[in-house]
Amino acid sequence: MPEHIVPPKIYLVICGILLVLTFVTWGVALIDLGPWNIVVALSIAFCKATLVALFFMHVRYSPRRTQLVVVAGIFWLGIMILLTMSDYLTRPWLTS
Amino acid sequence: MSQAHSALAEQFRDLEQQREASSLGMWVFLVTEIMFFGGLFMVYTVARAMHPAGFAQASRHLDVTLGGTNTAVLISSSLTMALAVYASQVGRRRMLAGFLALTIALGCVFLVIKAIEYADKFHHHLVPGSAFSFAGPEARPAELFFSLYFAMTGLHALHMVIGVGVVLVVLVKAWRGRYTIEYHTPVEISGLYWHFVDIIWIFLFPLLYLIGLKR
Repeated sequence: MPEHIVPPKIYLVICGILLVLTFVTWGVALIDLGPWNIVVALSIAFCKATLVALFFMHVRYSPRRTQLVVVAGIFWLGIMILLTMSDYLTRPWLTS
Repeated sequence: MSQAHSALAEQFRDLEQQREASSLGMWVFLVTEIMFFGGLFMVYTVARAMHPAGFAQASRHLDVTLGGTNTAVLISSSLTMALAVYASQVGRRRMLAGFLALTIALGCVFLVIKAIEYADKFHHHLVPGSAFSFAGPEARPAELFFSLYFAMTGLHALHMVIGVGVVLVVLVKAWRGRYTIEYHTPVEISGLYWHFVDIIWIFLFPLLYLIGLKR
């Protein structure tokens, strides 16, 4: 796969979106959404991380095997967090 | 078939294959880094689930303006790093050196702001240990929060220091004209590392600074 050159304009647009999302996550944190605050904050962070990976880190233009490694890394992190939390959150005497 | 390049290692067919192998190798390393930081994020998640009130109270003692500024500084440094990679791809040496220097400068700004924040925590007895003091019944969970704050931001800052060092080496080599349109893999690889450290901060900022803002 020949090297893909991303035009600087795309980098500038992505950077702009990332800065706007930083202000959005700051603003949303001031509003009381109950348990949804953390969901919104992490969703925005995940969107920002995805943009950085896809464009700044060129995952979008990388070979499939590189993309597979990236997705596998996130998948394994997901397994760790999901299984650990399914244990802790079903022991009410710990979190009450 | 391209001519043998001086940077081409003998086990590779051509520079393109070498570049893809280097990039894949870096990504495998970054996946181990996801697991490295992932352990800390895991501990944070469990501890916060157990002490939501204490974590929110402790979080209010962090300076959101400084944390937010640092987020903007890091995102900007990712932009200059991405533009440095672009400059190396189109073979513009001065532009490459300029953006690498800018990336290093922004990385240093981040570290200076972080040092100011750390000094403030020492000053207000918020560093876990015998001098830690926190009013109210949530003192123990608050100390746990600050232990995680220093462990996570400290490990992140260490990565920043290493990143500044790596980009500095690349800058010197770029200035000496080591990188060309055909071969500039080190610029790209160090860029991957820099952006990864940025991603870690993108998660640290809301989890540490923003959880106590709502009233």
